[in-house]
Amino acid sequence: MIKKVTQHLSPNELLLFERSSPGKKAYQLPGLDVPAIDAAEALGAENVRAEIAGFPEVSEVEALRHFTRLSTWNYAIDYGMYPLGSCTMKYNPRINELVARTEGLAWAHPYQPESLSQGCMEIMWRMESVLAEICGMDAVTLQPAAGAQGELTGILLIRALLEKRGNPRKKILIPDSAHGTNPATAAIAGYAVENIKSSETGGVDLAMLEQLVTSDVAALMVTNPNTLGVFENNIVRVAEILHKKGAMLYMDGANMNALVGIARPGDFGVDVMHLNLHKTFSTPHGGGGPGAGPVAVKKVLEPFLPTPRLKRSGKKLAFDYKPKNSIGRVKAYYGNFGVLVRALAYTLAHGGPGLKNATMDAVLNAIYIRKALEPYFDLPYTSPSMHEVVFSDDRQAKLGVRTGEIAKRLIDYGFHPYTVSFPMIVHGALMIEPTETESKDEIDLFIDAMISIAKEVELDPQMVKGAPYNTRTSKVDEVAAARKPVLRWKP
Amino acid sequence: MRYLPKSESERRQMLEACGVGTPEELFAHLPDAVRLNRPLNLAPGISEYEIVQYFRDRAEQNANGYATFLGAGVYNHYRPVLVDTVVSRGEFLTSYTPYQAEIAQGTLTAIFEFQTMICQLTGMDVANASMYDGSTAVPEAAMMAVRATGKGRVLVSKTVHPEYREVLATYARHQGMPVEEFGYVAESGVLDLEDLERKMDDLTGAVIVQTPNFFGILEQVKAAGEIAHRRGALLIVIFTEAVSLGLLEPPADADIVAGELQSFAISPSYGGPYAGIIAVKEKYIRQMPGRLVGQTLDSRGHRAFCLTLSTREQHIRREKATSNICTNQALVALMATVFMSVYGKQGLRELAEQNLAKAHYLASKLKPRFTGKFFNEFVVKAEGKSPEEINKQLLKKKIIGGLPLGRFYPELADSYLICATEMTKRTDMDTLASQVTA
Repeated sequence: MIKKVTQHLSPNELLLFERSSPGKKAYQLPGLDVPAIDAAEALGAENVRAEIAGFPEVSEVEALRHFTRLSTWNYAIDYGMYPLGSCTMKYNPRINELVARTEGLAWAHPYQPESLSQGCMEIMWRMESVLAEICGMDAVTLQPAAGAQGELTGILLIRALLEKRGNPRKKILIPDSAHGTNPATAAIAGYAVENIKSSETGGVDLAMLEQLVTSDVAALMVTNPNTLGVFENNIVRVAEILHKKGAMLYMDGANMNALVGIARPGDFGVDVMHLNLHKTFSTPHGGGGPGAGPVAVKKVLEPFLPTPRLKRSGKKLAFDYKPKNSIGRVKAYYGNFGVLVRALAYTLAHGGPGLKNATMDAVLNAIYIRKALEPYFDLPYTSPSMHEVVFSDDRQAKLGVRTGEIAKRLIDYGFHPYTVSFPMIVHGALMIEPTETESKDEIDLFIDAMISIAKEVELDPQMVKGAPYNTRTSKVDEVAAARKPVLRWKP
Repeated sequence: MRYLPKSESERRQMLEACGVGTPEELFAHLPDAVRLNRPLNLAPGISEYEIVQYFRDRAEQNANGYATFLGAGVYNHYRPVLVDTVVSRGEFLTSYTPYQAEIAQGTLTAIFEFQTMICQLTGMDVANASMYDGSTAVPEAAMMAVRATGKGRVLVSKTVHPEYREVLATYARHQGMPVEEFGYVAESGVLDLEDLERKMDDLTGAVIVQTPNFFGILEQVKAAGEIAHRRGALLIVIFTEAVSLGLLEPPADADIVAGELQSFAISPSYGGPYAGIIAVKEKYIRQMPGRLVGQTLDSRGHRAFCLTLSTREQHIRREKATSNICTNQALVALMATVFMSVYGKQGLRELAEQNLAKAHYLASKLKPRFTGKFFNEFVVKAEGKSPEEINKQLLKKKIIGGLPLGRFYPELADSYLICATEMTKRTDMDTLASQVTA
């Protein structure tokens, strides 16, 4: 039985272009207090466009209703649990939105004088020190725009250090359980990628690692806890193996929500890592961005951090634009400042002890779900879970129902699906991450839904395969979309 | 704690169900060597009220109540109220990347409209769902051109935003993608076609220009395009001031357009988050980086949208992907979409005309250094004093002056870049002019 949701009316809505009618307006400009000038004369007639063909013309109320109606077609954390593994979809506190809009912060221009930017710089300084403490690292850059750019920054730092030591080396080792951004990043940084097969327990295989770490290897990129939600218990040893051969340990901090206040990457041998502020630090995903991907490093990598570097002399903060060994700039200006404000607000709200409690609840929720669902779904890796748990669809697949189909059925029960078919080392993966911000009631409803679907698969697999049934948009034909791409509206 | 929705008794029940007595036991399997055996050295949590106060205090340390003449890639435009109203809706704000199309049609439809409007503005055939920002869109566009042409060398105009060129250099360094710059004409501030011609060769895959360029001046796009195309390179056209597209002819000669949408209702926010775009001619679709939304049908035959052509992307192709980019800037792109809807066809033109009028009024008082045609910013040579001294003097009048150019262009150390938008008041322009010429 579906307990969480019931059907309701959902408004239809045309595209803006189809709603458009010449002469409709949603704007009024202020009166011009200087003489108007002729555009053709100022810019040259050949440089002035006739019109923006096809651009919409709608009234204010229609524009508002348009976007409001579209919004109701989305699922969101504000509606309920979003158990996407590896994505850390936690509650986005609204105070963060409010403070990010503080006039003197939101309207600060990146080139306004440093003497009139001390508030922004102070926020960045504090964010750097909070993240350094949480990660157990010595220095932090806030410049990278998102996790993948943080990865690139981190790998470029490693490259710069090794180059300085005389040989940048050729390869980056990446476990087969890693996020796709890891190998893509290594390629952009000019490295060849060598995949490492995971061990039987899903971790890094030490014997294999010993073999693979040669003087050609620049670094290992590891996610810890890994994408199975399992902590790499051998991580200290992994770091030793790398360091002994002059290679570095990079950590993808995507799963940092399992560690804050419990263990610090800097303490267990990591040289450089990135964080996803839109995961662990609660800044909203916004339907896919903006994020922020700060990078934290050990002392030895600090000289190479992107320019400019924030420096304090006495009470005053200033940017140093000329650090001698810097890898250069990875993004214009100083980073996604607005996202940093939100993340700092989050850490201030929790404080040190609160952050640790959040981690403990996140892990508790994942293990609670694991215990409840283990009788119904196959668990290929049985090592202790941290903040997420990965099942396989083996049992359901025998009846012809795959993880993607179970996920779609979950939508009918009022939940967003879990992460489907990732990590790739698990056949037909169901990757579930509840985060700490779900109540027991919501989690119990989720468990209830999953068990109910497992039973449906046994009784009526065909029915499950046709899901979802209760959404305003039924199963979307993604194959047709790719075969004949229609990527823009045309009249 | 207010973000943790469990009572103590619920927590106890859950711990019990997990077979442990305390939360710490959940971590018993961690080796001692990795544990943090002390509390984090961070202060205890504080209330909403105190958080608001903390950030208000920081804002107080910044510029408050100043008139500003800064542009240089980040522009001070009015932000229609509807923009914040829409992006504050939890359904947009707190949703994930729309991989599950059936319950993400709101985001997908809005992105489809975004892609369409970017095509209409730029004159290109296809636009992606947005990039991090303008600066990172530049190397992505360059790498794309290199893939498409199979030629590794890149030529970039010195009139492209200097920080964008720095980002390009960082990305290019390790990809066998040598980047070389070509100059501008000292009198006009326009890119130097002869220098471009001289540096052009058959190994060059991309020529990058910006219009209006960093000096605010309309660039020689067509002529640069001819030089590039003659030798089999692609022309990449960058923009930082999206409002200019309300008035300017779209860069039809470009193969790739990459730009920054900050001008479309995105607050300056000390440098980010913003949203970049990449738009291309049809034949380059499969070389594009980033997410794309396409139209299709659902099983009932209704129009629906979904992410598409993802075989270009890192989560499928891994090290062979067109880019390592994962996210786009969906919420920021949504702001721009609402902005474009509010202003619409007529409004964006009027807005651009106002910018043009304000900047030209200011120019009538200040004398631009370059002779090239400009949109809403231009370069002024400081007379008698350094740009820094002028700015110091202006601060006393509660005015933030233009950007001194010495940091980016040593040969222009005596000059500054100054901008006027629809937000710039005539009285402030008059005050600034009287101070500068005094």
